[in-house]
Amino acid sequence: MASVSLLFVTLLSVTLYINIKSFILWDQSQTFLPSLSDSVLMDRRFPFKVLEHIFSFVDSNEDRNSVSLVCKSWFETERRTRKRVFVGNCYAVSPLKVARRFPKMRSLTLKGKPHFADYNLVPDGWGGYAWPWIEAMAARRPLLEEIRLKRMVVTDECLEKIAASFRDFKSLVLTSCEGFSTDGIAAIASTCRKLRNLELRECIVDDLGGDWLSYFPETSTSLVSLDFSCLDSEVKLSDLERLLSRSPNLKSLKLNRSVTLDVLESLLRRAPQLVELGTGSFSDELDPEEISKLTKALSELKQLKSLSGLWDLLPEYIPVLYSVCPRLTSLNLSYATVQMPDLIDLLSRCSKLQKLWVMDLIEDKGLKTVALCCKELRELRVFPSGADLDETDVTLTEQGLVSVSEGCQKLESVLYFCVQFTNAALVSIAKNRPNFRCFRLCVMEPFAPDYRTQQPLDEGFKAIVERCKDLRRLSVSGLLTDKAFEYIGVHAKKLRMLSIAFAGDSDLMLHHLLSGCESLKKLEIRDCPFGDTALLENAAKLETMRSLWMSSCFVSFGACKQLSQKMPRLNVEVIDEHPPKTRPDSSPVERIYIYRTVAGPRLDTPEFVWTIHKKPEVGVSRLAIR
Amino acid sequence: MEGGSAIGSASTLSNDENLVVSSEDSSSPTENGLELRLTLSLGRKGYRECRVSHADDSSSSSSSSAPSSLSRASVTAGIKRTADSMAPTSGQVVGWPPIRTYRMNSLVNQAKTLAVEEDPQGVVNRNISDATKMRSSMFVKVTMDGIPIGRKIDLNAHNCYESLSTTLEDMFLKPKTVSSTQETDGHLETRLKILPDGSSGLVLTYEDKEGDWMLVGDVPWRMFIGSVKRLRIMKTSEATGAAKMNL
Repeated sequence: MASVSLLFVTLLSVTLYINIKSFILWDQSQTFLPSLSDSVLMDRRFPFKVLEHIFSFVDSNEDRNSVSLVCKSWFETERRTRKRVFVGNCYAVSPLKVARRFPKMRSLTLKGKPHFADYNLVPDGWGGYAWPWIEAMAARRPLLEEIRLKRMVVTDECLEKIAASFRDFKSLVLTSCEGFSTDGIAAIASTCRKLRNLELRECIVDDLGGDWLSYFPETSTSLVSLDFSCLDSEVKLSDLERLLSRSPNLKSLKLNRSVTLDVLESLLRRAPQLVELGTGSFSDELDPEEISKLTKALSELKQLKSLSGLWDLLPEYIPVLYSVCPRLTSLNLSYATVQMPDLIDLLSRCSKLQKLWVMDLIEDKGLKTVALCCKELRELRVFPSGADLDETDVTLTEQGLVSVSEGCQKLESVLYFCVQFTNAALVSIAKNRPNFRCFRLCVMEPFAPDYRTQQPLDEGFKAIVERCKDLRRLSVSGLLTDKAFEYIGVHAKKLRMLSIAFAGDSDLMLHHLLSGCESLKKLEIRDCPFGDTALLENAAKLETMRSLWMSSCFVSFGACKQLSQKMPRLNVEVIDEHPPKTRPDSSPVERIYIYRTVAGPRLDTPEFVWTIHKKPEVGVSRLAIR
Repeated sequence: MEGGSAIGSASTLSNDENLVVSSEDSSSPTENGLELRLTLSLGRKGYRECRVSHADDSSSSSSSSAPSSLSRASVTAGIKRTADSMAPTSGQVVGWPPIRTYRMNSLVNQAKTLAVEEDPQGVVNRNISDATKMRSSMFVKVTMDGIPIGRKIDLNAHNCYESLSTTLEDMFLKPKTVSSTQETDGHLETRLKILPDGSSGLVLTYEDKEGDWMLVGDVPWRMFIGSVKRLRIMKTSEATGAAKMNL
C-alpha cells in the first residue's frame, strides 16, 4: 500500500502540474478554475487511463473514498471505475445519487435497520425498504450483477423486479432480511439465467412451500452457492438431486432443517466438489448400512473446508464426521445440542480450524481442548444454550475464554456469552492476546460485578483496550462505571463499533466515548443512565459517525429537538412504540436513532417515528414502499 | 436551554398506558428546573430504592458517583413487551441477552423438542448436569421482591449459611462505596437476612426439588445444598404460609 500511495503522490503532483500549466496557457479571460468538464477533457488524454489502471488495484472502498477526495479528476476517474458499491446506511444517501455516480456499478451492498433490530429493539415497520433502491437501479443500472442486503425489508415485488430488470444478474445475498415469500425466490430462480449465488442467511421468509426449488430451469448450470437454511418447508428431493447433478460449479450448499439425514448421502454423492456444506437435520435413525454410506460420502468431499447446520446432532453420529475434521477451517456447531465429551471428540480432530461457533455446552473443559488442538483458531463464538437464564446448568466460566486466549495465538475475534466474569480473567485475556480485533463479551447478568471481588469490571476492560491496540469492535457488559468508558475513550483509538448495555453512571460515560474514540463509527447503547448534556455537547462528533442508537436511556424529547435543529445533516429519529398524544420537552424518549445523511429527511417514516421534519398528516409514503 | 427539567411522578415516565407503576415510586418536586429526578427501585450496587439526581451542569461530575439507574419504566416496559414477543419466559428484559431472533427461535424449538422427547435423552442430560453441579459450581437464581431482574449465585462457593447471607447482602443491599449524595428511601439494614426474626424486614426462602418454599436455615447446609433449586428474598410480611407460596 505504501508504494501505491507514493505513486498517488507522484501522480498527484504530475496532475496538478498539468492542471496548472493548462491554467497558464489558458485565455486570460477565462475564470481561474476551469469547469469540471474542461479539466476532465484536459486530463483524459493522459492521466485518466493511467489513473484508471492504478485505481483498478484499489479494492477497498475506504481507500477509494479517500482517493475520490483528492481532486476533481480523481473523483471523476474513481467514480467511473468503481464496480462494487457499499452503502452502510440505506438512508444516508439517495438511491438516485448512487446510481448516477457509479456508472460501472456491478455490485451493490446495502444495510438497513440498526444492529439492535436483531434483538427486537426496533419496532416492525420502522423502515429499511429495499424497493426504492431496486427501482432506481433497475432504471439506471441494468448491468448490475449482484445485490447484497442486510437487515432490509425485501418484498416479492422487489425480487420480481430484480429478476425482470437485470439480465446478467448473478448474485443475491440476503442477510437478516424479511418481507418476502418463497414466491419471490422462485421468481429469481426461474428468471435469472446466469444466477451463481442465492443465499438467504437467517431471513424471516413467508414460507409457502418447497416448490421454489423446482423453478430452477433444467438448463441452469451456473450455480456456485445456494443457502436456504432459514426456510422451514421441505423441498422435493428429486428437484434438489437434479439441481446438484447439473451444477458442477456448486461450491457452497446450505440445506434447511427439513432435509433429513437419510437423504444427505444421495445429495453429497452428486456434489463431491463442495467446499462449504450446511447439513440439514442430523438426528434421524439410520441403519448401519446407511451410516456407512454416509460416512463414505462425507469422506469423498476432499475439498470441504466449512461445515454447518448439524441440527440436533446425535452423539452416535459424530464418528461419521471424523473424515472431514482434519481439513475443516470453519465449523458451526451452534445449533448442535451436543454435550462436552462429544464435542471434545470432534474438536480434537480439527487441527486446522480457524472459525468455531459453538454453544456453551462445550464448557471450560471443551475450550481447553480447543486451546490445545486448534492452534489456527482466529474466530470463536460461544452462544448460550439455555433460552433463558434459569436453565444454565453448564460449567462455562471465564476460564474457558482464558484457556483459548492462552492456547490460540491467532485468535482475533471473540463473541462470548457467560453468566459472570472477573477482572483477573479479562486482564489475562488481554495479556495473552493483544491481537484482538473484535471482542464481544456478553455477561448475561445485567450489572454483574466481578464475582470474586464484587468490583466493577472497569479494570478488566481497561486491560483489553489498553493492550489490544487494533481493536475495531467491542461489546461490553457487566457492572461498569464511568471509569470504564474513560479508559475506552483514552485507549481505544481504532475502535469503530461499540455496544453497551446496562452500564455507566452518568453523562460522563457518553462524553468520554464521543470525545475520545477517534475512529468511532457506530455506537449503540441501551439502558444506560446518561442524558442530554453529553449528547448535545458532542453533537459535532455525530457527523463523523455512521449512526448512534440509544434506547431506554435518559434522553429527553427537548434534547432531540435541539439536536435536530442544531445539526441539519443528521437525521434524528425518535422511535416510540406507542407515541404519546402530547410530548413535553422533559419527557424521556424510548429510543433514538441518529445518523448522518446527505439525503435529507426520509419519506417513509411510520407513525411511531418522530423527526423534526415531520408533518403530522404524513404517514407512511406509499411511493417509497411496495 | 438544556433539557433537564424534573420528572416528578412515574406517570410522566410511562408513555405506555399498560405500564405497571410501582407504588414504591415517590415523586419529587422540581428544583429550579435543573435537576432530573427519577425514583427508582432498580439500581446497581444493591438494587435498593434511591433517587438519582441528574444535574445537567458541571456538578454532573459529582453525580458521576451516582449509582447507575435503570429507568424502571423502561425495564417494566421491556417486560411487558416480552410477554407479547416470542421470548420463552416472562420476567425477562426485551432483547436481552442479545441473541438474534432467529437463533432464539431455534433455541425455543430445541427446548420444546427436548422436553417432548422421551426420557432417555433427558435423563442423561439431567444426570450430567446434576453431576456437574455437584462437582464444581452450582448456580441458582436469586430474586428479590420488587426487582425484576434476578441474580445468580454459586452455592458451591459457600460452605455455611453466614457466608451465603453475606454475599447476598453484598449483592442486594450493598451500601455505596463511593461518596454519595443519595438518600435511601428504602432499606438500609445489613442484618442477616437469613434469620427470620423480622429484624431486617426481609427473609430468605428457597424452593426445593419438590417445589415447596422453605425458610433458609432450618436444615443442615449439606441437606440444603442438595435440595435447593432457587432462592427468593421476600418481605417478612409475606413470609407466612410457606407452603402456599409461588413465584
